Amino acid sequence: MKETISIRVNGRQHNIQVDDAKTPLLYILRNQLALNGPKFGCGQGQCSACLILLDGQPVSSCMIPASTAAGKEIVTIEGLAKDKNLHPVQEAFVEHQAAQCGYCLNGMVIAAVAILSEDPDPGEEVINQGMQRVLCRCGVHNRVKKAIDTAAKSLSR
Amino acid sequence: MEKVVSSARRKFLKRSGSLVIGIPFLPGCLSSTEGARTNVEPLQRDLDPTFVKAWLEILKDGTIRIFTGKMELGQGISVAVAQVAAEELNTDINKVSVRLAETEVTPDEGFTVGSNSIETSAMSIRYAAATAREQLLQLAAKQLKVTASDLHVKDGMVYQKGGKTISFYMLLDGKQLDVALNRKAKIKPKNQRQWVGKPIPRKELELMVRGEQVFIQDLRFEGMVHARIVRPASYHATLKKVNEDALRIAVPGIHKLVVNGSFIGLIAADEYDAVKGQAYLKKNTQWSVKHQLRVGESLQQQIEALPNEQESAIEKGNAFQPSKETIKATYFKPYIMHGSIGPSCALAIFKDGKLTIWSHSQGVYPLRKAISALVGLTDEQVHIKGVPGAGCYGHNGADDVAADVAILAMAYPGKHIRLQWSRSDEHGWEPFGSAMIMSLQAKLNSVGKISDWYGEIWSDTHTARPRAASNLLAAQYLSEPLTPQPPGWKGGSYRNAAPYYHIPNVNIDIRSFKGPLRTSALRSLGAYANIFALESFMDELAEKAGKDPVTFRIMNSTDERSVAVLERLRDITSKDTLSDGEGVGYGFTRYGNGAAYCSVAAKLTVTVNGEIKLRKLWAVIDAGEVINLDGLKNQTEGGMIQAASWTLKEAVKYDETHVTSLNWNSYPILRFTEIPEVHVTVIDRPSEQPVGAGEAAQGPTAAAIANAVYQASGKRIRSLPIPKIPS
Ligand code: FES
Ligand code: FES
Repeated sequence: MKETISIRVNGRQHNIQVDDAKTPLLYILRNQLALNGPKFGCGQGQCSACLILLDGQPVSSCMIPASTAAGKEIVTIEGLAKDKNLHPVQEAFVEHQAAQCGYCLNGMVIAAVAILSEDPDPGEEVINQGMQRVLCRCGVHNRVKKAIDTAAKSLSR
Repeated sequence: MEKVVSSARRKFLKRSGSLVIGIPFLPGCLSSTEGARTNVEPLQRDLDPTFVKAWLEILKDGTIRIFTGKMELGQGISVAVAQVAAEELNTDINKVSVRLAETEVTPDEGFTVGSNSIETSAMSIRYAAATAREQLLQLAAKQLKVTASDLHVKDGMVYQKGGKTISFYMLLDGKQLDVALNRKAKIKPKNQRQWVGKPIPRKELELMVRGEQVFIQDLRFEGMVHARIVRPASYHATLKKVNEDALRIAVPGIHKLVVNGSFIGLIAADEYDAVKGQAYLKKNTQWSVKHQLRVGESLQQQIEALPNEQESAIEKGNAFQPSKETIKATYFKPYIMHGSIGPSCALAIFKDGKLTIWSHSQGVYPLRKAISALVGLTDEQVHIKGVPGAGCYGHNGADDVAADVAILAMAYPGKHIRLQWSRSDEHGWEPFGSAMIMSLQAKLNSVGKISDWYGEIWSDTHTARPRAASNLLAAQYLSEPLTPQPPGWKGGSYRNAAPYYHIPNVNIDIRSFKGPLRTSALRSLGAYANIFALESFMDELAEKAGKDPVTFRIMNSTDERSVAVLERLRDITSKDTLSDGEGVGYGFTRYGNGAAYCSVAAKLTVTVNGEIKLRKLWAVIDAGEVINLDGLKNQTEGGMIQAASWTLKEAVKYDETHVTSLNWNSYPILRFTEIPEVHVTVIDRPSEQPVGAGEAAQGPTAAAIANAVYQASGKRIRSLPIPKIPS
């Protein structure tokens, strides 16, 4: 028995048919909506590769059952750029070349956007705490921190 | 460097049949790799690597397409090869595109390992491009009836001074250059370089932040189905019973259950059904677990008690004669994991007698050989396209997942199957970096220089790449299992075991054991543990000699490039001040005793509770001629952070059945609040060979941290990891 779940993703309404309303949102976003941004990293809420904004809050989409997301506003990394123009956080990540393999980049960018929407001028401590959930194995953390600083400056301009 | 016997000379097509089908470029990503795109048409190519056209093609739109047999692993090889090609052809780098490792499309360059992609692939491409330029100029001279010296190339065109122009494509009449690669072709002089040595950004980053298709995990095909594997309960478990009926009742969405011996895979249209099926079978499948892993004693004791094969690896000067002046210390490093952030993934379809696989393997050609043997096809029936995955840092689950999906594709033909390993598949089954023991002895002469050195290195293999089908994980669990080949090459165990210092008498013995866990190549192989031990020991010797650590290293060095990275590091760190409980430690290597020079300093605090707060890491690196400055810095920064994580936190745990470090809680790595500042200084040596640098920082970082702990607390750490100072 298929169930229909209504979700809003990057400003567009979708009626999604699911067999199991407990299906983690991550699979819905990737497989039904063909989004690449949220990544599978652990499926256990430990790495934030799958991070999205749910009603503005950063959450691990691998831990959110589709039914819980119904009626909520979802923003993925695909929804940050306005047409051709990258979001200042995205721009800063490119500018600082804040990636190696880039698999963690989704979580990094989403977490950074979340930090800056709460605190336009975060100090190092706030950045570290906000980014603590995002794992990177290539070790680009310092570049990420520089990118967040740069983004904070350009957002407050 | 791992030695790979290249079979690249084999020709897959006759040289005459070089037909190129143009592919559309994505706007804005010309120099990026043609990574995950699925619309790329097959090319028919001539792959003789001694010919220019194996490496580069001139396209109709004036752009250049480069073919590298190497894989993008996040190390930035795509941009590096684009830089050298753009340089020699005097072309805007945005007019250069790169195709990564793919059987029948790119030259066979073995494995992407040992940080040697710059030395091998980039240098072939440099000379291919330089040869192409020379040839194009000659062709143009003939066609325009002028002398070649009156001509120059730029952006896909040949220009005559104040006169005519002709495009490369027109010159070649749509064909490719059919000339041998000239390794003596003239390279653009250093002072005229526009791309090489510059911090050229990687274009993939923009695609990544936009969430475009970049990774293998992002590939999608019409009608694609999803698969999961159910691994045995332990390395040596055999399947007793799997209840398919119960599975189908529990998860009706399962399309196919593949059971072959103790290998279990399942396929569903919906990914979450595959996930649920996997969870169900994990709980409800019966295994017989025959061999138990030994626990109870320390891993170091266990290794010492294991049978081992002893052999001499290095003998220089006189044999070591212990005396009462001998200084001794023994060091230990546990098993550590690659821990890729994206678990391994592969896709495959078996159709019309042809098996096509998408893989983030580090070696598509060797993998093809192994897989074709595994599933009983000919090499020609198997096509493997390399698509980037998450960073792998060596031999992780990439090849194994490709073998898994190949088995499933053969059992379930006609559809694209996407197999995603779970986090615990990757953590529990990847081949780890071997645990090692390094027992060192040395003697100092009357002026405090080292006269004699003896190292005894205990290690399991660092090389179990799929050179044969039997090295693929699944092969050991099929109904007709293959036993993994006994390790051949042992160079990984003693990589950097011999000090890169001027010591008259050096002897290194290795004791190869087969340990409890599966092992293979992890970034820098044995060099991480060997340099940790050697460079910690150097500090111990310096203290005995009454010298400060950096002076002692310089005193024992004769290579001026070693001295340069050490002196520069000393200058940089001397500007930093220390407060109570803080210490600075140093480490040095010449990676593999023949590649990059790298010195690292660590500054940390040891708190009254014995906690370690790593504050700063500095590196000075000399990798010869710099191809991409930012890429080199990025690799070194990341290498230091990763090595700091290994050193401070990491050890794979297991119980009597299997690995128990199955997720990021049971195998924690450094997170943001624990990340030190990093500073990398590059010494560019434009007249030296460029060498890879991706592994150089691993060992010196470990030693620098251990030595800093000693400076801060007076506690000498000889066993890794160092989560805390024992009180
Ligand atoms: S994949 Fe969701 S937190 Fe790791
Ligand atoms: S860039 Fe590779 S995991 Fe962060």
